[in-house]
Amino acid sequence: MTPQAPFFVLAPVRPDVVDDLLALLEAMNLEPGRANPHDPLVPFADFERLHFARFCIVRDDTIGDVAVYGMAPEVYPPYLAFVGDVDGGEDAFLRELVERATPGLVKIFSHCENFDGTTSLFDWMKSHAAPSSAWYANWKGRTMLQIREEAALRGAMERYLDENAGTVALATPLELHAMLRRHVSDEIAAARLTMTPDPPTRLGWWISNAAAAILPIVIAIVLAPVLAVLAVVLLVLVRIRETTDPVICPQVDPVHRATIAVTEDRDVTNAFCAVGSVKPGMVRRIASVAGFFMLNYASRHVFTRGRLGRVRTIHFARWVWLDNKRRLAFMSNYDGSLESYMDDFINKAGFGLNFVFSNGIGYPKTRWLVADGCKDEQKFKNLLYRHQCYTQVWYNGHSGLTTVDLQRNAEIRAGLEAPALTAAQAREWAALL
Amino acid sequence: MNSQVKGVDFADVQGIVRFAHGHLKGASYLLLTVKDPQSARAWLRDAPITDAVESLPLASSAMHVAFTASGLRAVGVPEAAVAQFSPEFLQGVGGEDDRSRRLGDVGANAPQYWTWGNVDREPHVLVALFAAPEALDAFVVRVRTPLWDRAFASIAELGTSDLYGFEQFGFTDGISQPQIDWQQQLELRGDKPAYGNVVALGEVLLGYRNEYDRYTDRPLLSTGGVNDLLLPAEDDASKRDLGRNGTYLVLRDLLQDVRAFWSFAKTETIASAFVGRTPKGESLVQTGNDQNDFTFAQDPDGTRCPFGAHIRRANPRNGDFSSVPSGPIATLLAMLGFGKQRFQDDITSSVRFHRIVRRGREYGLPLAPSDATLPAPADDPARGLRFVCLNANIGRQFEFLQSAWFASSKFNGLVGESDPLLGNREPGPNGESTDAFVMNRADAARTRLTGLPQFVTVTGGAYFFLPGLSALRYISQSA
Repeated sequence: MTPQAPFFVLAPVRPDVVDDLLALLEAMNLEPGRANPHDPLVPFADFERLHFARFCIVRDDTIGDVAVYGMAPEVYPPYLAFVGDVDGGEDAFLRELVERATPGLVKIFSHCENFDGTTSLFDWMKSHAAPSSAWYANWKGRTMLQIREEAALRGAMERYLDENAGTVALATPLELHAMLRRHVSDEIAAARLTMTPDPPTRLGWWISNAAAAILPIVIAIVLAPVLAVLAVVLLVLVRIRETTDPVICPQVDPVHRATIAVTEDRDVTNAFCAVGSVKPGMVRRIASVAGFFMLNYASRHVFTRGRLGRVRTIHFARWVWLDNKRRLAFMSNYDGSLESYMDDFINKAGFGLNFVFSNGIGYPKTRWLVADGCKDEQKFKNLLYRHQCYTQVWYNGHSGLTTVDLQRNAEIRAGLEAPALTAAQAREWAALL
Repeated sequence: MNSQVKGVDFADVQGIVRFAHGHLKGASYLLLTVKDPQSARAWLRDAPITDAVESLPLASSAMHVAFTASGLRAVGVPEAAVAQFSPEFLQGVGGEDDRSRRLGDVGANAPQYWTWGNVDREPHVLVALFAAPEALDAFVVRVRTPLWDRAFASIAELGTSDLYGFEQFGFTDGISQPQIDWQQQLELRGDKPAYGNVVALGEVLLGYRNEYDRYTDRPLLSTGGVNDLLLPAEDDASKRDLGRNGTYLVLRDLLQDVRAFWSFAKTETIASAFVGRTPKGESLVQTGNDQNDFTFAQDPDGTRCPFGAHIRRANPRNGDFSSVPSGPIATLLAMLGFGKQRFQDDITSSVRFHRIVRRGREYGLPLAPSDATLPAPADDPARGLRFVCLNANIGRQFEFLQSAWFASSKFNGLVGESDPLLGNREPGPNGESTDAFVMNRADAARTRLTGLPQFVTVTGGAYFFLPGLSALRYISQSA
């Protein structure tokens, strides 16, 4: 198995060149917000291990919200975020970037503070890497190579079924399985399809992943009595604050919404980005740090096969601290429209949404950290729309394919590669075609 | 709080919300712009708008009135009030490219080709008239008083025809409708694992609790002056509720290519598979007397009613969970997404948040399936549906249905399909086709049809606000 990894380069932009940078990024697009896959600055499609990537100037129109806690808003620079999800390690990908896109990246990053060309591009990106406090991948180990091969496989099988509709119509699922196995092996022999076997997992990754999965459990068991008390105390302290925390969810500003909507629904998958401030005080900080730790643990070790809880529409998502944990950025790649994405979350994972986001300023009123909150549907949607941030350049390595498509294609292949199926298995498999 | 069962004052609700006026077989939708606001307000003050009180004998005519956002402004409703309506309503159905993309209003459906409802021909006011077919013309004439002529200019007059309960493709129409919880007895807290056909009053009427147990956003105004013509807000006694007893009315003109439909389908079996019902309205899922009392759990593999069939997209008849969990532990596991999962579980959103009340009428001469495959005469008249639906949240109800369930090529995990009736067959972002239709077969490979032509073309549309009668009095007294 080849695991996936995020990269996230974050650097403040020099205020005097923000407009130049915006124009430069805009020129990388084929249509609003959608990158040219063969852009000369960063030829995204040449990176065969790249699932998604984006350039986003993180600007937050809601920093004034801290005033509800009697605080003066900090002045933050606009940040340039260069973000993506890749097969294999982050370092290997950054090296590949340096190899193939140095002139373009230098041109882009030269708009950032402290980019003077004295340090190597690789070192500069590494020193500006913002670690995700939580990162989610839809399916651990599903590589771009696999996605491409399986999409081609499904296409070839579909064509075969259509072209041989007469014979196919009379076949039982088991016969169908045998027919398609023959056809696909012919296609592979003729080099029209490839089915690369999953490479063995690197031992080092396997060990560190197992350690990361087991260690927190061991610590939690050992410290269970202490943690339980702390959790109860924390929850009570949060509960006290919940009753008075101000809610800031005014009806969406139509201009703000329209600006971002221009980039949306041009593909079956969309990019989402939101930024906001965390509620002040130690209690909320501890609650959110603990929340993100648990979310990250669950994402990496529990929800690794197509579902974040019950939500199936997210390809990748990341939660990233900004400015010494005073602010948070959330970025995701999801299927469907933003309205349906939000509905999906509210209805299927409302408690998780509250748990993760209710430490943000202005969030709809929660009870005990997980109840209510986003169930105030319109307030929640208004909050998200209001915190939403424009993504200047977004690249999707498998445009047109939803997470469900990817899962189906993988199941089709798995069934095809199984030399013998029972009649029941064959029936279930044939239903995927 | 008043814990008693609360009824609705039907005298304050326009009748079309409660009744389809099925006994009044003639109907005409007049699309108007406001020429003179003062005359328009004067006409509205005296307009005999039909309320929702049950009457016997049934009334011999009915009249309803609704406004677009620019219509509200044109008659003089203050901007501070108009601005509080929903963003979808304020922008209009054809006003933004991103909305058109989502709704599938691209290609031949694009607003630029519409005969009305695009930027150049945006109506202000909809007046819907219902009467017996032979009495309708006289009713229209009677309504058009000199005051009317001073008040309004006509954009279009959308006639309708009575097809005896069938729509133009030849199928019984209007079988599936949500049942509105008029008495507000529905328990709105918590999850609803199973499908039910009763929807919260607030899903249809503004000013009442919706399926989220919340009040959908609508204009709330301060007390005093003309605002006091409005009813108080149920959730805030210090406010007057402009939305109360009103709803959003979506009107879309759908041109149906009946010849293309039957020429492609050829057989009643295929046509029924597209619809998900037989022409007589029988569900493909079950045979029985009640055409509406079933769920698709009875057909989990889609071998009886295809996954992509129109009625399966329009109303997946699902609950908040893919299957009803048994007991609290199973519920907890299901909430966390654990347990045995089938490929299609949790793909399709729970339908109770996406119901609409349909009130459409057909137009044009009918064309029997047997005649539909004959060559078209040179003067083949247009035929189709004046699609009308009512909902409290256009974004979550009509637009969600239209975009995520009808236009989407990804509904329920399907590949390369769009709604067999409504799909525009425009290719996806990478040129992938959306013109297929798959019929699963038990114990055999699926039958896949490709190259479905576009059967339905959108030729006009607008979002209206259908006010309650107090709100209408307020509107007619504005400015």
